[in-house]
Amino acid sequence: MSELKKYTIGALVANKSGVLTRISGLFTRRGYNIESLSVCATENSELSRMTIVLWGDEYTLYQMIKQMDKLEDVKKIGCANELDCVYRELLLVKVSAKPDVRSQLVEIKEIYKAKVVDLSLDTMILELTGTPYKLDGFLKVIEPYGILEMQRTGVTVLARGSHTLKDRDCYSDHIN
Amino acid sequence: MKLKGAEILINCLLEQGVDTIFGYPGGTVLDIYDALFRNGKINHVLTAHEQGAAHAADGYARVTGKVGVCFATSGPGATNLVTGIATAYMDSIPMVAITGNVGLNMLGRDSFQEIDICGITIPITKHNFIVKDVTELAETIRKAFYIANSGRKGPVLIDILKNVQIAECEYEPKTPVAFKPYPVFASKLYSVAEAINKSQKPVIIAGGGVISSNAAGYVKELAKKIDAPITYTLMGKGAVDENDDMCLGMIGMHGTVAAARAVMNSDTIIALGTRFSDRVALNRDKFASGKTVIHVDIDNAEIDKNIPSTIAVMEDVGETLKALVPMVKEDKKPHWTGNIADVKQIDKARRDEGILAYKILSTAAKIAPCDTPLITDVGQHQMWAAQYYPLTAPRLFCSSGGLGTMGYGMGAALGAAFGSGKLTVLVTGDGCFNMNMNELSTAVTQGVPLVIILMNNGVLGMVRQWQKIFYQRRFSQTTLNKKTDYCKFAESFGAKGVVIDENSNVEEVLKEAFAYAQENCAPIVVNCLIPCDDNVLPMIKPGQTYDTQLQKMEEN
Repeated sequence: MSELKKYTIGALVANKSGVLTRISGLFTRRGYNIESLSVCATENSELSRMTIVLWGDEYTLYQMIKQMDKLEDVKKIGCANELDCVYRELLLVKVSAKPDVRSQLVEIKEIYKAKVVDLSLDTMILELTGTPYKLDGFLKVIEPYGILEMQRTGVTVLARGSHTLKDRDCYSDHIN
Repeated sequence: MKLKGAEILINCLLEQGVDTIFGYPGGTVLDIYDALFRNGKINHVLTAHEQGAAHAADGYARVTGKVGVCFATSGPGATNLVTGIATAYMDSIPMVAITGNVGLNMLGRDSFQEIDICGITIPITKHNFIVKDVTELAETIRKAFYIANSGRKGPVLIDILKNVQIAECEYEPKTPVAFKPYPVFASKLYSVAEAINKSQKPVIIAGGGVISSNAAGYVKELAKKIDAPITYTLMGKGAVDENDDMCLGMIGMHGTVAAARAVMNSDTIIALGTRFSDRVALNRDKFASGKTVIHVDIDNAEIDKNIPSTIAVMEDVGETLKALVPMVKEDKKPHWTGNIADVKQIDKARRDEGILAYKILSTAAKIAPCDTPLITDVGQHQMWAAQYYPLTAPRLFCSSGGLGTMGYGMGAALGAAFGSGKLTVLVTGDGCFNMNMNELSTAVTQGVPLVIILMNNGVLGMVRQWQKIFYQRRFSQTTLNKKTDYCKFAESFGAKGVVIDENSNVEEVLKEAFAYAQENCAPIVVNCLIPCDDNVLPMIKPGQTYDTQLQKMEEN
């Protein structure tokens, strides 16, 4: 077994009900663990775009891509490469912010370039966009103040330059 | 022309050349059955149970190579298809299952006999559809047939809502696009040809893909040209003429000694349309270690899934071999193939000392015409049939390999008989037969010439064999203790029953049984009373290597 790593898979899938079930069912059936999954509509109303972050080894990655590629509703699929892609994730975190620590929190959010999007007498909601690593680091610093609840969108990825997922060859042609 | 959804369905099935449907009517398919009745061009076989219909569509597809079709109503009708669909999925059999469902205004309200059959069948179909709009019906059906019968074949389910069956829509007939596998260019095969030309001790493993891609002829050509012995998996049975000198018999857990030794001693494995299941490769890490593995499979996901390949060709087996055979050098390898005949003697010796089941099966094989479909259920009798009932051509063998569905046989035998239009042999066990023996009534009603060889040992033989090997003979729930008189049972269904025991003249009884089935176009049950402790041998234990093949029973 090779090394366990985080892999990011991007896929264009048919924008129909049931597609998410087909794909998530596949992970369950094959015993793969997904770390995050984000889905959204695209510029083409017939297609949705999925970004899946997977924990596993190379074997799991290739099996997952090949099994997904077999689904009728999966149109294009590829694995994102950290060097050639932009990774972004959005975080909303509600943190306990009694007046005595509020200024400290404001200082931290300045350093991370986060935004205060809600403020109450004793809480604050902060918004931060960035790479998953940046979000992890931010959360670590915020944690001692008391995180009341939080939500991360999961990673979204686009390739740098003129490359697009829709222009990619079919996965099967690609590896042949 | 404007037609109702149900009529569009029947017309689309006719477009696809469907001549036989196996099914069972019910509330949400009334309109479909009405359209079927009024159209009158398609033969419908009413089974005793929807599971039988699904297995029949599967058996029909295996012997004809066409897409098998089954109908069921919503709710329990649909869920009864599930085992049959899963069986077809695991063995890559092209099938279209059509179910009705409640109307759109009732959907999602837990209406009577409403079930989310699409949700249920996602993991066991290549794809499935729920049709909510009649304008999408015709294209959906065409697409379903295309998906089922292209690439790696498999089952597709279409769930048609009641309102879609009633609604009217413009229908334009279309000739289906015949699916042709993509041709393979020589440029893709240089490294394969080079590896084969370099190999001193090649062996070919023929899997189910050889049969579904009609590649049997090319496999033989390749084997002759490069002097490679051929072994086949359970799904590949019939892909190689078993009387051929180069054929070693079946590979795997209960494979022959000749096949095991050839694979063990080979330097190159040419795996054609096979997925190295755990019943073949047994020990994933050691099965092919140190050998060159050339893996040809149409399904990308099978490459490197169980056994890492040295060279992979992700293409149709038939098209690949068509291009590959002219590229390999003709080469006789007497040092490698020289003692095949000697090794095959070990397997032959076992046959000669023969337990009763062997005797019955080999005699049946001699009596049956060479184009007789052979259907099996699952268990000891299945392995015995695979080992000792030789077949000479593809598309004669129907057996649940991947899923191992007990109760598959009766339904599949019906389908195979309708598909082939010939006398059919079913080998079953008393455990399996009890699961779906209701379909004997269908065989009687439909006048199916069917010889049912019932290996009756009063136990669940294969499970009992494992209990002997791994559980110190604690026979937990494997002794059946039934008082069923299978001859009287057969008679009560309007069929005939005869008995074979150790004192019978096997040949005489079987000859009469075959003659009865053929002359009367009727099923006959041959109740074979065999000992409960006969074992399937050779055997390689799960996870073990080929050098540990057991020739004799080893009990703990």
